[in-house]
Amino acid sequence: MIRDRLEMALGVWMLLIVMLPLTLLVATLTLRNADVMGRPALIWIALFAWLVWQMIGLLASHFAARKWAQFLAPALLGLIILFAWEVTVRAFVVPLVILPAPSLIVVRFFSSLPILWSDFVQTFVKGALSGYLIGCGAAFLMAIMVDKSDFLRRGLLPVGNFVAALPIVGTAPILVMWFGFDWQSKAAVVVVMVFFPMLINTVAGLREASVMQRDLMKTYGASYWQGFFKLRLPAAMPFIFNGLKISTTLALIGAIVAEFFGSPTVGMGFRISTSVGQLALDMVWAEIIVAALAGSAFYGVVAIIEKGVTFWHPSQRG
Amino acid sequence: MPRTVVSVLTVVAALIALWYAAVVPMNIKEALTSAERAGQVVTPDSAMLRRDTGAFTLITNNSFAIPATFNQARPRLPAPHQVLAELWNTTVMKNITSKRSLVYHGWITLSATLLGFAIGTGLGILLAVGIVHSRVMDMSVMPWAIVSQTIPIIALAPMIIVVLYSIGIQGIIPKAIISAYLSFFPVVVGMVKGLRSPDAMQLDLLKTYSAGQVQTFWKLRLPASIPYLFTSLKIGIAASLVGAIVGELPTGAVSGLGARLLAGSYYGQTVQIWSALFGAAILAAGLVGLIGLAERKLLKRMGFGT
Amino acid sequence: MNDAAQDIVIRSENLDLTFQTGDGPVHALKDITLDIHRGEFVSFIGPSGCGKTTFLRVIAALEQPTGGSITVNGMTPDEARRNRAYGYVFQAAGLYPWRTIAGNIKLPLEVMGYSRAEQDEKVRKVLELVDLEGFGKKYPWQLSGGMQQRASIARALAFDADILLMDEPFGALDEIVRDHLNEQLLHLWARTNKTIGFVTHSIPEAVYLSTKIVVMSPRPGRIADVIDNSLPRKRPLDIRDSPEFLAIAHRVREGLREGHS
Repeated sequence: MIRDRLEMALGVWMLLIVMLPLTLLVATLTLRNADVMGRPALIWIALFAWLVWQMIGLLASHFAARKWAQFLAPALLGLIILFAWEVTVRAFVVPLVILPAPSLIVVRFFSSLPILWSDFVQTFVKGALSGYLIGCGAAFLMAIMVDKSDFLRRGLLPVGNFVAALPIVGTAPILVMWFGFDWQSKAAVVVVMVFFPMLINTVAGLREASVMQRDLMKTYGASYWQGFFKLRLPAAMPFIFNGLKISTTLALIGAIVAEFFGSPTVGMGFRISTSVGQLALDMVWAEIIVAALAGSAFYGVVAIIEKGVTFWHPSQRG
Repeated sequence: MPRTVVSVLTVVAALIALWYAAVVPMNIKEALTSAERAGQVVTPDSAMLRRDTGAFTLITNNSFAIPATFNQARPRLPAPHQVLAELWNTTVMKNITSKRSLVYHGWITLSATLLGFAIGTGLGILLAVGIVHSRVMDMSVMPWAIVSQTIPIIALAPMIIVVLYSIGIQGIIPKAIISAYLSFFPVVVGMVKGLRSPDAMQLDLLKTYSAGQVQTFWKLRLPASIPYLFTSLKIGIAASLVGAIVGELPTGAVSGLGARLLAGSYYGQTVQIWSALFGAAILAAGLVGLIGLAERKLLKRMGFGT
Repeated sequence: MNDAAQDIVIRSENLDLTFQTGDGPVHALKDITLDIHRGEFVSFIGPSGCGKTTFLRVIAALEQPTGGSITVNGMTPDEARRNRAYGYVFQAAGLYPWRTIAGNIKLPLEVMGYSRAEQDEKVRKVLELVDLEGFGKKYPWQLSGGMQQRASIARALAFDADILLMDEPFGALDEIVRDHLNEQLLHLWARTNKTIGFVTHSIPEAVYLSTKIVVMSPRPGRIADVIDNSLPRKRPLDIRDSPEFLAIAHRVREGLREGHS
């Protein structure tokens, strides 16, 4: 209400010009004095949060359609959370073994880049990525076979749907027993995890081409493989990419959790569980940041490829 | 329908047959070692030579050992009947309150799953309602909900368990928190999709009745979102179960299915691992199946389809 | 005399087709005896379930008859299909959204193994025929419904098949576009001299376009009447108000009514 009145009085941009420096002032004052503030810090956090929330509100009511605003709004929300986190931890002297401050985590992150990198390579590149490629590739080939045989499709799909709902991470100890501690067992877990979702999606995709389209191919005297490459495969792409995107998340989860069950002295899951054991929580958070970056980047890359391949699909045309 | 049943049964039977067939090459080396120790003639006769020989050569030269591969104490690949026997022994044949009963362990994991799932779903639905009705929340919170689906949240599990443990909270609560977290975001995303699913024509109709936001919510949005809700619930409960299992790993818990998996892998008790895994699978299938059943019944009553 | 000398392109004799469905057998075609000569434009009209689409599909070897015989260009329909004897146009344009219009027209040409140069030449030729020059690089969703259907017709013409089979191609379009496309189709037919089999629900369309009208009735699907259209081959749109036109339309309507009862 106050905001609306002020808005009408000053206009959106004027309001922002007033609010922005005010927010920055609050932020700087609080951060500088957080360590000695104690409980009053909560009031400062509330003030900062209220100011930023108002700004988000302005974005939502005036700039909702703009791309930059759609990026800024969640970023601002993240900012509130980070700010509250940092100030609370510092003001209430929360022990490091419970919750480290974001500033400490960032420091730890940049000072441990070599370790984080080797963990990333072990878990993501060797474990998750290789398992992803093998698993998705195998599922794709299997789906082509299943598509050719109606009997197989009817039998395999319910089984596949069933298996896809099971806690596949539980196979990790078995696969560690068979493939050893190193990345191969993690890749094996990832293969098992991504196989069935990918299979189900590809089979569904291969059925997308309508009967009418397939009849048209028949009238051209096209062979099975001609029909496959010119019609069924392109028509299946939206579903195939849906499977590929789901599988990116599953792959990373599989690789990390598999490492909880046993790993050589490197890997994200390994680092997390050992750092947790040593109560070096800033390292744990640093690894979580790596995992988050890896997960969203992996997904993002696949989504970009999807946009290129399925540019024609209504969902991509917006 | 009957054709599908026949196909499914054939595929399952084929898989079981494949499983039995795979047992032999997987266990043959161990079987031959035991046979050698028992004084039988084994070709080749030293473990070292056998290690470098292919499994199929060993099988063809020592076919007498094949039955033994199906009954080992610590097999590399337990045979289906071994897993079944272990399952039977630890469920039906044991007192439910016994620490060796799989039912007991299953219950430990299940209780954390259900508690977490209920919390996650409840909060998720609330957040979804908020997102759909407030543009501010939609713009700022929804992108995080979507992005969180690409992040392996499960990496947080060990930390949550240990931190809560160090401030004295252990047992079901930490696991429930992880389960809640894992089911939360799928429910938010699915529910938002569902609450937004009514098309413009439907919303316009309610406007002509001067229906307010609350009435529109209860009369249109909420019923329309039910199919989407159930899809998310199925994903959510599977995620919650995984969360509860993974939550049992860090502090070396002694009870629960995850704990059984861990213990089995530490002590090389292969059959125990397999039976815990099957227990978890049966639990997952049962939970998803129950939700599916509730879905069919509710959707039928709401007139949503066949 | 063999078919070629008589110039009979499609000959069906006592054709019969019974479908086995979950609800029991459906007698889709009964005793269909019909000759279609080269260069004719034959319309099939009738209510739903009269078998007109089914008959077209039998010609295209998309359905198998259960009795009687049918030949296309003197061969069995399946052989004719493999010889690429006809182009088929469905009710929906069915263009691939991931291909440009030109790419879509090239589809049958690629399947049939034409060289790149030949493909480009044929695409250019048919685009001009259906009045879509310049739209080759566009994507289907950038075109209106009428234009998409024209592209679909172009695709069916691309490989120079002598026969064109069209299953209610203009059914989903509004009347004004439909009239326009009807005119264009007649022009096209005049220029290319193909033999056309055309299924429609619309009496004016059937009378306007064809040289022969086959009225069919359902349960079981059979021919109720075959009308030779006496109107001149060159027909402006306003011929539809002429008394001859109305007389033929009346006869068609009578045939339909009879079949319905």
